[in-house]
Amino acid sequence: MDIFLQQMINGLVLGSVYALVALGYTMVYGIIQLINFAHGEVLMVGALTAWTAAGLLQTTFPGMPGWVILIIITVIACTVAAVLNFSIEKIAYRPLRNSPRLAPLITAIGMSLLLQTVAMIIWKPNPKPFPNLLPTTPYEIAGAVISPTDLLILSLTAVLLMALVWLVNYTSLGRAMRATAENPRVAGLMGVKPDVVISATFVIGAVLAAIAGIMLAMKYGTVQHAMGFLPGLKAFTAAVFGGIGNLAGAVVGGVLLGVIEALGSGYIGVMTGNVLGSQYSEIFAFIVLIVILTLRPSGLLGERVADRA
Amino acid sequence: MKNKAILYIVGAIVLLLIPMFLQTFGNAWVRIADTALLYVLLAIGLNMVVGYAGLLDLGYVAFFAVGAYLYALLASPQLTQVFPWIAAMYPNGLHTPIWIIIPLAAGVAGLFGILLGAPTLKLRGDYLAIVTLGFGEIIRVFLNNLDQPINITNGPKGLAGIDPFQIFGVSLGKPVMIGTFQLTSVAMYYYLFLAAVLFSIVVSHRLQYSRVGRAWMAIREDEIAAKAMGINTRNLKLLAFGMGASFGGVSGSLFASFQGFVSPESFTLMESVMIVAMVVLGGLGHLPGVVLGAVLLAALPEVLRYVASPLQAATGGRLDASILRQLLIALAMISVMLLRPRGLWPTPDHGKSLQAPAVGG
Repeated sequence: MDIFLQQMINGLVLGSVYALVALGYTMVYGIIQLINFAHGEVLMVGALTAWTAAGLLQTTFPGMPGWVILIIITVIACTVAAVLNFSIEKIAYRPLRNSPRLAPLITAIGMSLLLQTVAMIIWKPNPKPFPNLLPTTPYEIAGAVISPTDLLILSLTAVLLMALVWLVNYTSLGRAMRATAENPRVAGLMGVKPDVVISATFVIGAVLAAIAGIMLAMKYGTVQHAMGFLPGLKAFTAAVFGGIGNLAGAVVGGVLLGVIEALGSGYIGVMTGNVLGSQYSEIFAFIVLIVILTLRPSGLLGERVADRA
Repeated sequence: MKNKAILYIVGAIVLLLIPMFLQTFGNAWVRIADTALLYVLLAIGLNMVVGYAGLLDLGYVAFFAVGAYLYALLASPQLTQVFPWIAAMYPNGLHTPIWIIIPLAAGVAGLFGILLGAPTLKLRGDYLAIVTLGFGEIIRVFLNNLDQPINITNGPKGLAGIDPFQIFGVSLGKPVMIGTFQLTSVAMYYYLFLAAVLFSIVVSHRLQYSRVGRAWMAIREDEIAAKAMGINTRNLKLLAFGMGASFGGVSGSLFASFQGFVSPESFTLMESVMIVAMVVLGGLGHLPGVVLGAVLLAALPEVLRYVASPLQAATGGRLDASILRQLLIALAMISVMLLRPRGLWPTPDHGKSLQAPAVGG
């Protein structure tokens, strides 16, 4: 089996999940300059909702094929996540829009903690097995294997990205989003309603996060209240890596981060003569990030923005 | 002026009597006070970085960890067990005294702070947040995994058997009899921590109105303008990181000696977030507010832990004390920020405080 190719595939799959989550971070940041710390928890709520829905569907309709269940639970999870993120913005961020910049950051951290705790109360803290909704027999490509779930993740990410690019560049909502990102007050004068645009951004981000959550649940086979934290952190890293506020940057950052991580955990033992093992793969992302930011302080594709007073 | 003196004296007496009062409810309550003081110390240190210089540090707990592990390594059986040559050098075991460890912890942690600060100087606020966060995680992962190939940190199991501090031959680990009155170990730690907190408040306060502190605040308000006024932003930002980190390091060594045990679990991102939350909840850059925020966030949930057990029985185990604690902290963070976005006790009349330095008391 070709280890390099295999790690590349793993990295690409992981990276596309990061990219989906990173898009949510970066869109929100681009418009209101806020790090939405609760974004990883939206992913988690999406995945747990999907788990509950899948369990219900499987017991009520025992013969239902897996892909039908998958479609239904995705719709349900996206709806729940969208409503959740919409309300988070309305309750915790909107009242603070003109406050010192650290204030909404703190409510965001509080929201993240709150959602984790509430999820722990609703769903209990133990990890839960996520059912196999797709066939598990892997395909073989040039010595490496790829599972149907991985294939679905890769193709669905590509479709979603194209849809997002179309939305941002060719629809009136997208134009309003870009205008608000540039200057909310002037956008308002031109007839754009910034509040509506911001809510729409949060809803889109939540849908992407919920889909990413289901992808992770299917890939790893378990769901838990804490599952959103690490992907959230990685995705945020990916967004910063690519240049926060920049959509293409989030995708590039996410995919690169996934690949670096996969290759890193695959080869770190060999490179350091087994002094450092794959247990360090978690920090690989951060080390790369520090190096990149030292060389390019505003991320890979980020434009140099003058400091605001 | 006279009123102020009376206020200080009453305050001092109250602070000195708190452990005696809490002792009547049991040692656990004094421990809560001790922990709260440690958090106050951390919050004051972080306030220098976030509050004065405006550099959002989400990995502050790393410096706390550096200080704690430094003392743990230099005053526990770990190193002598792993390295025979160290055991040969110190046949009675390694017992580093407090007078060496405190400056050493401050120095080493400060060095780590500068190490973190150096590559991040050019970064804007949010990038800085993620890099510091990553730094914190890096330190934690290393502590977790440095049990191989050579066992230095003992991995996730942590280091145990750390000496309690000895001050003038009196060990803080055992109760001391003064006449018929017994001064317990936790109470002595309370006084040690109180002294440390008071010292750092004085340092922090003096620093705030010094040339350095004013320069930090100028950088916080507008870095480019500060630079144009001839402030050496690079050195001052490094100094802020270093100073803040050394406070964290000292608190870490106090923590290690107080607990007698350290493990990577105490130094998670959640702790960093908690310390940032304390500083911001209390009032960014305003010392009394920071102290208030730290005491509230550190002590209230601990107190809750003792009150919440009936609740656990009532909800069939779903809502136990630690979950309730998390829930309340989360709600407090959100609601306080929504109701008072500048913190519970913010700097009075923002920007004018510099003209009237006598705001103390």
